Amino acid sequence: MLHTAELTARAPATEGGVRVIDLSAQGLRALNQALHDFKARPSNETLWEVVNTKGAHAIAVGVDAPLDITVRGTTGYYCAGMNKQATIRIDGSAGPGVAENMMSGTVIVEGDASQYAGATGRGGLLVIKGNASSRCGISMKGIDIVVHGSIGHMSAFMAQSGNLVVLGDAGDALGDSLYEARLFVRGSVKSLGADCIEKEMRPEHFEALEDLLRRGLAEGKADPSQFRRYGSARRLYTFHVDNASSY
Amino acid sequence: MTEFLRTPPRQSWTFSNDSNAEIRRAAATGIYDIRGGGSKRKLPHFDDLLFLGASISRYPLEGYREKCSTDVWLGTRHAKTPIHLDIPVTIAGMSFGALSGPAKEALGRGATEAGTSTTTGDGGMTEEERGHSRTLVYQYLPSRYGMNPDDLRRADAIEIVVGQGAKPGGGGMLLGQKISDRVAEMRNLPKGIDQRSACRHPDWTGPDDLEIKILELREITDWEKPIYVKVGGARPYYDTALAVKAGADVVVVDGMQGGTAATQDVFIENVGMPTLACIPQAVKALQDLGMHREVQLIVSGGIRSGADVAKAMALGADAVAIGSAALVALGDNDPALEEDYRKLGTTAGAYDDWHEGRDPAGITTQDPELYGRFDPVLGGRRLKNYLKVMTLEAQTIARACGKSHLHNLEPEDLCALTIEAAAMAGVPLAGTSWVPGRPGGPF
Repeated sequence: MLHTAELTARAPATEGGVRVIDLSAQGLRALNQALHDFKARPSNETLWEVVNTKGAHAIAVGVDAPLDITVRGTTGYYCAGMNKQATIRIDGSAGPGVAENMMSGTVIVEGDASQYAGATGRGGLLVIKGNASSRCGISMKGIDIVVHGSIGHMSAFMAQSGNLVVLGDAGDALGDSLYEARLFVRGSVKSLGADCIEKEMRPEHFEALEDLLRRGLAEGKADPSQFRRYGSARRLYTFHVDNASSY
Repeated sequence: MTEFLRTPPRQSWTFSNDSNAEIRRAAATGIYDIRGGGSKRKLPHFDDLLFLGASISRYPLEGYREKCSTDVWLGTRHAKTPIHLDIPVTIAGMSFGALSGPAKEALGRGATEAGTSTTTGDGGMTEEERGHSRTLVYQYLPSRYGMNPDDLRRADAIEIVVGQGAKPGGGGMLLGQKISDRVAEMRNLPKGIDQRSACRHPDWTGPDDLEIKILELREITDWEKPIYVKVGGARPYYDTALAVKAGADVVVVDGMQGGTAATQDVFIENVGMPTLACIPQAVKALQDLGMHREVQLIVSGGIRSGADVAKAMALGADAVAIGSAALVALGDNDPALEEDYRKLGTTAGAYDDWHEGRDPAGITTQDPELYGRFDPVLGGRRLKNYLKVMTLEAQTIARACGKSHLHNLEPEDLCALTIEAAAMAGVPLAGTSWVPGRPGGPF
């Protein structure tokens, strides 16, 4: 395991203004420590690139600085977990829990994302240019998620707030037991979960969706008029014996 | 003579008055009974164990003169900054939401004055709690309400909650009466709803995922914080072994006497194992892995006195945690409030409708009028006193057993009063060398 000082000494300072970290050579701990240290000692070295990821877990987690980080290659679990401020681009596919509990900033997955993408996210924007697997946006708490492809089953389970935009289709039990999150799906929805219903698209929703598509790098790929909105029927917000079969 | 011709009225053991009352209540309301607290059954417990004390073969330490240390290190396996506590009695996780802000403050004050830690709960970290707790453990729960990296970093340890003794396999519950504006904001929920927390973590399942989750939390906090894994008393041998395998620094095992803010009574009374049965299994898992004392074990669920502390530690725990007992020390269920309890249709000592938010003691409520009655400074002092007494009691017993540190207590210091307790605790039935389930019979 390398300490930050060693990392700084060994890392190629920059390549074309980009600080490059070879994850296989320098190790996960050194990468994350260097990213965390930026907050205490900021510099103009804000462009970072992580190479040789080889599916490693917990790449660039807990970043709290306005950095622009490109991760070249496929990542394991929890890449960009709890991100604040940073823009993190995964030039490959992401493993489970990408951008979990993100607070702010932007995470872009060029490929597909595995389960639990954006789980419990509280802010910021997650863009998945491919498909996302099951439980996308599970328990989301304010994050915006834009998926250019389709999403798997149980997505937006217990989703509390924020927006989930899906240009493709949604799997079974979309939005089961959700609270106040807004779900926009262009394609088919295999089934809706408990207490999730289709809702009217009002002018403010078209407006919000247009903004989400623009920020989600999907402008021109889809038109807001093609989407349907889903949200909570709010029937399970209080216990009632007549709803017992839905709990 | 006619009175001898009729069978006297006879109540059914199976259909007791309590059972029938619950049937009638269910029929009238159509909803299961929800309550706070832990199991109220008479379970095999620490009361069924006794210390043997010193004798010719073991000599005692002099009370007041010879030292009996009580400190404990937690998180020595991987954390850069392990926790060092003066006493091995910690305060278990209880949420802001379930408890009032002043009650959380009092827990922080009392724990800090006594030299121990307190723990957040299913509602995030509050300023009054962080501000008044020298050592604060931040719970990482399935709901992730309020979870954020800044609080992870300003915590002194992180506790990943897999389950709790009152409801292994169940999620949290906070009913609408307690979802005030502040609680709703902290949890990002609509005000006044009946909140159901998830029972599983949203982004991992199983021990292999848990290992990766622990890695992520360590990376986010630069490997500084001890990471605890808390499990309900379901399968303590395997859960402890799997938590160790996943990389935990500390394992917390919570037996079924452990309390909850609110859940179904049927869950509390019928799922999970008594604390006494959990400890030896958890200790054996640690011993089998060569990790006993390397990974620390905290036991909770029904700890009330220094004797309970000493017994848990003699069975192999490194520390204990208290929740219900701490609330009683703060003033919960105090007979001085009997008139108020009567108005709620209950009586002091039996009040467990904490989820309704009408606690006359101002502890399990979000009603400003009610929690305004509670003095956090006085509450903190009472908790400190209680923790000090527990420590003195445990030291008294340890000295009598000839131990210069509470951690030196051992199963050989114990005997059991019942066959059940002997079997569960793995110590001999009093007056015999018989441990049920082990070779060799009674003599």
